[in-house]
Amino acid sequence: MAALWLARASSQLARRAARSLARHGEPSPPWFLASAPPPPVLGPPAVERSRRRGFCSVRRFAGESSAAAAAAAAATAAVEEEPENGFAAGADQAIDFPGGKVSFVAEMNFLPDSQRERINCYRVLDDDGRTISDSKFQEVSKEVALKMYSEMVTLQIMDTIFYEAQRQGRISFYLTSNGEEAINIASAAALSIDDIVLPQYREPGVLLWRGFTLQEFANQCFGNKLDYGKGRQMPIHYGSNRLNYFTVSSPIATQLPHAVGAAYSLKMDKKDACAITYFGDGGTSEGDFHAALNFAAVMETPVIFFCRNNGWAISTPTTEQFRSDGVVVRGQAYGIRGIRVDGNDALAVYSAVHAAREMAITEGRPILVEALTYRVGHHSTSDDSTKYRPIDEIEHWRTARDPISRYRKWVQGNGWWSDAEESELRSRVRKELLQAIQVAERMPKPSVAELFTDVYDQIPSNLREQDQLLRDTIMKHPADYPTDVPV
Amino acid sequence: MAARALREAGRRRRGWAAEVGRRCFSGGSAGAAVAETKEGAAGGGKAVNLFTAVNQALHIALDTDPRAYVFGEDVGFGGVFRCTTGLADRFGKNRVFNTPLCEQGIAGFAIGLAAMGNRAIAEIQFADYIFPAFDQIVNEAAKFRYRSGNEFNCGGLTIRTPYGAVGHGGHYHSQSPEAFFCHVPGLKVVIPRSPREAKGLLLASIRDPNPVVFFEPKWLYRLAVEEVPEEDYMLPLSQAEVIRKGSDITLIGWGAQLGVLKEACEDAAKDGVSCELIDLKTLIPWDKETVEASVKKTGKLLVSHEAPITGGFGAEIAASIAERCFQRLEAPVARVCGLDTPFPLVYEPFYMPTKNKVLDAIKATVNY
Ligand SMILES: Cc1ncc(C[n+]2csc(CCOP(=O)(O)OP(=O)(O)O)c2C)c(N)n1
Ligand SMILES: [Mg+2]
Repeated sequence: MAALWLARASSQLARRAARSLARHGEPSPPWFLASAPPPPVLGPPAVERSRRRGFCSVRRFAGESSAAAAAAAAATAAVEEEPENGFAAGADQAIDFPGGKVSFVAEMNFLPDSQRERINCYRVLDDDGRTISDSKFQEVSKEVALKMYSEMVTLQIMDTIFYEAQRQGRISFYLTSNGEEAINIASAAALSIDDIVLPQYREPGVLLWRGFTLQEFANQCFGNKLDYGKGRQMPIHYGSNRLNYFTVSSPIATQLPHAVGAAYSLKMDKKDACAITYFGDGGTSEGDFHAALNFAAVMETPVIFFCRNNGWAISTPTTEQFRSDGVVVRGQAYGIRGIRVDGNDALAVYSAVHAAREMAITEGRPILVEALTYRVGHHSTSDDSTKYRPIDEIEHWRTARDPISRYRKWVQGNGWWSDAEESELRSRVRKELLQAIQVAERMPKPSVAELFTDVYDQIPSNLREQDQLLRDTIMKHPADYPTDVPV
Repeated sequence: MAARALREAGRRRRGWAAEVGRRCFSGGSAGAAVAETKEGAAGGGKAVNLFTAVNQALHIALDTDPRAYVFGEDVGFGGVFRCTTGLADRFGKNRVFNTPLCEQGIAGFAIGLAAMGNRAIAEIQFADYIFPAFDQIVNEAAKFRYRSGNEFNCGGLTIRTPYGAVGHGGHYHSQSPEAFFCHVPGLKVVIPRSPREAKGLLLASIRDPNPVVFFEPKWLYRLAVEEVPEEDYMLPLSQAEVIRKGSDITLIGWGAQLGVLKEACEDAAKDGVSCELIDLKTLIPWDKETVEASVKKTGKLLVSHEAPITGGFGAEIAASIAERCFQRLEAPVARVCGLDTPFPLVYEPFYMPTKNKVLDAIKATVNY
């Protein structure tokens, strides 16, 4: 079922994108707002008005205090004589309800569960890496374009090599971003380093883009003494204060409300920056997702919610995760502007995040981005996804829909990249990685003292006592303890 | 003892379950409905590992009660620990299904389902991820019966969840959060130590007319293998078991920690110290009498668990036994537990209440 959905979704991508582009007729600045929903009904003036009136002042809309209602004034007199009965009212009846005017209607219309057509998906590059004619996107310089490309390749190679290292038993766990390289790198490229990143776990490319070195990645995966997390967390739980990248936490979706709080701080400090949080399709089912979106809308925070809809949450397909039209539609229910984007199209992701960032910061509002993509790898090294999804589905996305080769075609089509440069890049990155792994592996682990630091800002007496007791035990039974952890 | 504990439910249970209508878990009669003890049932059966024993119990639970349901994240394809393998195929997607990724939803849904007279067997993928469901479990499930004056109850609820260290789980795939739930009147907390125990205790938990949080030692899912009777049987809740007789000191633990304690007992015996080992099995309401009787005999007590020592359930046991056996205690109650830190990856061997830590504590207590 999920397989079908994904196949359908992908085949419709192009048609939908074309349709959406057709609507982008006249250039209206800024271009990206052409497809944005109409200005929200629940603007500040309406809120002001309802506050003055108090909650739930049920009355016919007389228009006495609102300019917007003035047009209805003519009809008011006649309406005034009808009984105070909502159902009998005509179309010109309304109530002033917190949030604005609500019209009464005589028909009993249930809202449909979904729109007739699925929300379309923004795309710039077609499957052959050519820009779709008339496509509107944020220009990228040759320099940035090439950096994006090489970081996507680097991420891919890093995944391959670390995955292999786990298979060899050299690291305890790994999880790849295969198939989501464009999302990782292109979204990062559209941000500024001052923007705060609150990741899930499948976005190491954002950190890579910001300058986290392959050695730093390796240090974390090996949990050695140079790992900023001091060997305490499982591999792939990267974090860097220097690079404004909050440390990964395994519990799903917990970072979403944090992002809203962080964004509020940026706004209070009048920073030219936003927060961005990444999460999967599965993550949208958690209560934290809903709490975060609602808070973000109400607090008017500059935060980008970036959903990587990759079709799967471990073995659970999106058809068993939600019945809405994906994730983007949820935004509207919370009063949040959103866009669906082809997650395997680096230029589309770049442009969407660039625009989202602009709106988030200048207008002080959250933006929801849903990127359609596919988790090409197993969920993690603890998983075998062929148990629950067809191999040809995986193969289709791994080959025909690969975001890196699509983007490479575009870069190469511009005459910016050659096969020689490609092989040079790949062998250089591979060498660097193998070197990084060797160094990380030989590096001692953090010392036993670090077991007790950072629980609090200072070590309390119970932990001092336990530290001492532990040292006595290690002295007595050295064979029980790993030799690469200095005591 | 084990033989006495093993109970066969079989056909009689099937008939009973079928007669249960909606909202019928109020009477506390499930215990009474348990069929006669079948001596010798402890032996026999194929040697299986712990996840297979859990899987057998779930097959039986679904088979013997048409109002039983099994669900949770990734349960449909067999679960990330393979405990639910084959269930969806056999019992259909209406009774065995994936849920959205939402623990509060899983627990809340399960409570509603149970309150309508069903057996809701919910899986939380890791005990580390049970906390989004904490409100539903603590404020709803635990108080459902009490707050309504027994007008309503969700006694058909069982939450299964893997807990504890695995060697490489770090912060969020290793925790032992049992003590949080032991602080909640209205819940039962059960932790098995082996495949045979897991099957019998899980079936008893599922059929117990109270909400139960059932922690499964994930380190033992594949590691622990023993003969498990193939038939339907239950082991009694709130009954501890003396699994090794001794005279010098009493050791208490539960779940995977019993393996460590057993080894410590054997090593202590070489040094001439005779340990009595008790598996508590049900943490609340717990079997104080068995523990008390043992401590009155040995005069010394050691409690051991993986969870951090401060505020762990060991503290409750130590306090209760100090109250009840003050005159008989010849040494302070020893606790060998996890450290008061988050569960660390690289430092896991240092964090753990290892055999040698237990042995040192045994010696210190015996020589007090
Ligand atoms: C609160 C919580 N529940 C369950 C898990 C176990 N788990 C880890 S990843 C995952 C699936 C996440 O899927 P999704 O959000 O779509 O992200 P993806 O892995 O596809 O990138 C689950 C259920 C968890 N980490 N945290
Ligand atoms: Mg996913």
